[in-house]
Amino acid sequence: MTINTQSIKANQAPELKEFRTEVAAWLAHNRPADPGFLLPQTFMEVGSEQVLDFLREWQHKVWSSGYLGMAWPEKYGGRGMQPVFQSIADQEMKRLRVPICFNVIGLGWAGPLIMDIGSEYEKDKYLKGILNAEDIWCQGFSEPNHGSDLGSIQTRAQRDGDDYVVNGSKIWTTMGNYAKYMILLARTDVQVERRYNGLSFFLAPMHAEGVTTTPIKKLTGEYGFTETFFTEARIPATSLMGEEGQGWHIAMKTLQYERGAEAGAAGGISILSIVMNDLLKMAQDVEREGQPLLKDPVTRDNLVKFLIEEKALYLAEKRIGIPALCADYPNSLPLSGKLRGTEFFRRMRQYALTLQGAQSSLYVGDDDTLEGGFWQRAYMNNFSTTIGGGTSQVQANIIGEHVLGLPKD
Amino acid sequence: MTSARTANMALTFSDEQAMILESAKSFCSDRSNISSVRSLLTSENGYSADVWSEMVALGWTGIAMPEQYGGSELGIGATIPLVESMGRHLLSTPYISTTIASQALQRGGSEEQKAKWLPQMVRGSVGALALLDNEDWGATNTSCTLSADFELQGSKLLVNDAAVADLFIVWAEHNGAQVLVLVEATALPASALSKKVLIDETKRACNICFNGVKLSAEAILPNSEAALRDSRLIGALLTAAEATGSSAAALDVVVAYLTSRVQFGRLIGSYQSLKHPTVEMLIAMDSARTLIYHAATVVNDKMLNQDAEIACRMAKAQATDALLFAGDRGIQFHGGMGFTYECDAQLYLRRALWMQHQYGDAQHQRLHLANLLLD
Ligand SMILES: Cc1cc2nc3c(=O)[nH]c(=O)nc-3n(C[C@H](O)[C@H](O)[C@H](O)COP(=O)(O)OP(=O)(O)OC[C@H]3O[C@@H](n4cnc5c(N)ncnc54)[C@H](O)[C@@H]3O)c2cc1C
Repeated sequence: MTINTQSIKANQAPELKEFRTEVAAWLAHNRPADPGFLLPQTFMEVGSEQVLDFLREWQHKVWSSGYLGMAWPEKYGGRGMQPVFQSIADQEMKRLRVPICFNVIGLGWAGPLIMDIGSEYEKDKYLKGILNAEDIWCQGFSEPNHGSDLGSIQTRAQRDGDDYVVNGSKIWTTMGNYAKYMILLARTDVQVERRYNGLSFFLAPMHAEGVTTTPIKKLTGEYGFTETFFTEARIPATSLMGEEGQGWHIAMKTLQYERGAEAGAAGGISILSIVMNDLLKMAQDVEREGQPLLKDPVTRDNLVKFLIEEKALYLAEKRIGIPALCADYPNSLPLSGKLRGTEFFRRMRQYALTLQGAQSSLYVGDDDTLEGGFWQRAYMNNFSTTIGGGTSQVQANIIGEHVLGLPKD
Repeated sequence: MTSARTANMALTFSDEQAMILESAKSFCSDRSNISSVRSLLTSENGYSADVWSEMVALGWTGIAMPEQYGGSELGIGATIPLVESMGRHLLSTPYISTTIASQALQRGGSEEQKAKWLPQMVRGSVGALALLDNEDWGATNTSCTLSADFELQGSKLLVNDAAVADLFIVWAEHNGAQVLVLVEATALPASALSKKVLIDETKRACNICFNGVKLSAEAILPNSEAALRDSRLIGALLTAAEATGSSAAALDVVVAYLTSRVQFGRLIGSYQSLKHPTVEMLIAMDSARTLIYHAATVVNDKMLNQDAEIACRMAKAQATDALLFAGDRGIQFHGGMGFTYECDAQLYLRRALWMQHQYGDAQHQRLHLANLLLD
């Protein structure tokens, strides 16, 4: 999400043009054939072994061909190149709509975190497995009783010799049932006055005794996340990241990566990009009274509103690189990016269903849906982005308080 | 098809623009604090002649003028940081009217017309575009006529800064063609101008009756059609820039109240029903700012291309809608205080209501955008 202005200028350079052509050709040649089952639109929709195997193979192939982790150091499985190369590869993956690189919690959140503050031991142990998709990662932050109010989580981790003993449960754990490691936020100290200070951060093994997962069916009818139970689970003390009590600080850093406010991700696309062009194409194809919807004046006005919003959204990434034009509220664009983007897509996709008329009352599995229910899935799954990673309402609080300086609730 | 046409994602900011922004910010905040804005509300011309002279002396009237006419030839995009800053501090001068008029001249005038008027405008002469026959900014023709023997017949509504203008550029029909004609203020009797009461008290405009004004063929801009089209788009863009600045100012006023007014023992800014819409104001202002500087990047001195038209119209639609939202919520969020004349929130609501119509409201812009983007 974050953009490097240097890389924008550098984009014009001939070797980069050449590289773009190279990636595009590779992707076109190597993109997998239609597997005959529905592929996820986001990494939060990996709901079966079949899908998992398919995506794992694809990510491995992208990595082993040199188009993932390009800016990560070579000794950790990367290529040690300028980040601009990965950006270009990502842009081409997005444009050509190849499958996603699904190990996102590793590639985009845990990975950059480990690179940034991890020990040499941690870098050696974890980074390569993230890139080659051998080690799937999940995130254990949210709990049944504490989601937005993350600081109050109750899962306990108690030191016992060379282990920590973990008790409690996490929920909405994306890919919890497939993951080898979890970034886990747990309470190591219940005595401290400020509840945040009692939290610690772990790079925890999932294949440990006492850790079990139960898949949860999502509103779309698919699977993708689990409830994760820790019952006297033993994890090695070496899985503690940093020191006891630093958990909150590290978790907040992780969320910066998750919300796209900080660079460092390994690359690859995590979400199929569904943009205005797709909606316009639909409005061209769908007819009312023998005319494409695209000719209807009310529809046109609505579409133009979305087009203006989309354009401002993409252009904002350029303006972030021009500090003089962000002087009054310097944090505004980076901190509002998630809210602006995810809410735009939510409304735009909802409108796509509205435009389909009665056809959008059909669902995935019915032969008469438009494009197999593409928009039904796109709209419903979009809530994962307006809820996960801090809800839109919580984002609005953050912007109000940290950008505008408004008082806390 | 289609949104490939929104693909121009150029947004750059030159060193010159950055310098203009820096000096404009401090100049405007210095010369236009809220009490001087208020003291000008009831003044005859709505601006301080001294401040206007200073702006002329700073060379700002020449920013977008060719060097040969005494300007610095930085292009119309370089005026955007200045105009945004003026909007931020509600600084009124005839700058915007004059800039739009000079753009019409630059784009459509003959060498003689330009050589006569542009240097004067650089030195502070005021120009004004006279377009409206009625309330419809979207009109595609005019009932104002220039007869075969060059006599004007017709009236124009809501001509900005008319009372101080030295030159009018009037939209008329002549031998079946749409033309812009130059009318010197001295050619009009004093009775031709009737001053209007405007909803935005920082602005000034008159209706003008041009009946019987005798001109010559030399008064017609040879490239009228392009000048008419482009100057309206530039007008939309400059309005958008001013509106964006005013949105940021309206936001400041709201934030100041939300962080000082206490009810039920809490600062009212802690209530999400106020906090979240205020964040929406910020986001809408941010989008507007992004779009005006994109437009500033893609407009140039040549005939405006399709990307430039799209950019100007998007900027206008977004910026005045953002200001309308900020102005409206700004009143509500001040409670009873917001309903008073004394409360500064009213300045922004009134401005929003005035600005939305300058050079076409948001719906008008979107109608044109639909044709540009969807067909
Ligand atoms: C598809 C999906 C995948 C996810 N994957 C993971 C994962 O892998 N790991 C993980 O740890 N978590 C994951 N989450 C969980 C996600 O981070 C939480 O759902 C989210 O933080 C919200 O917490 P909650 O569900 O408890 O909702 P709540 O916090 O109970 O919120 C309920 C409602 O109240 C609102 N609300 C709450 N607090 C405030 C406030 N202070 N002001 C205003 N409104 C407020 C919220 O906006 C929401 O509308 C996932 C969620 C989804 C939907």
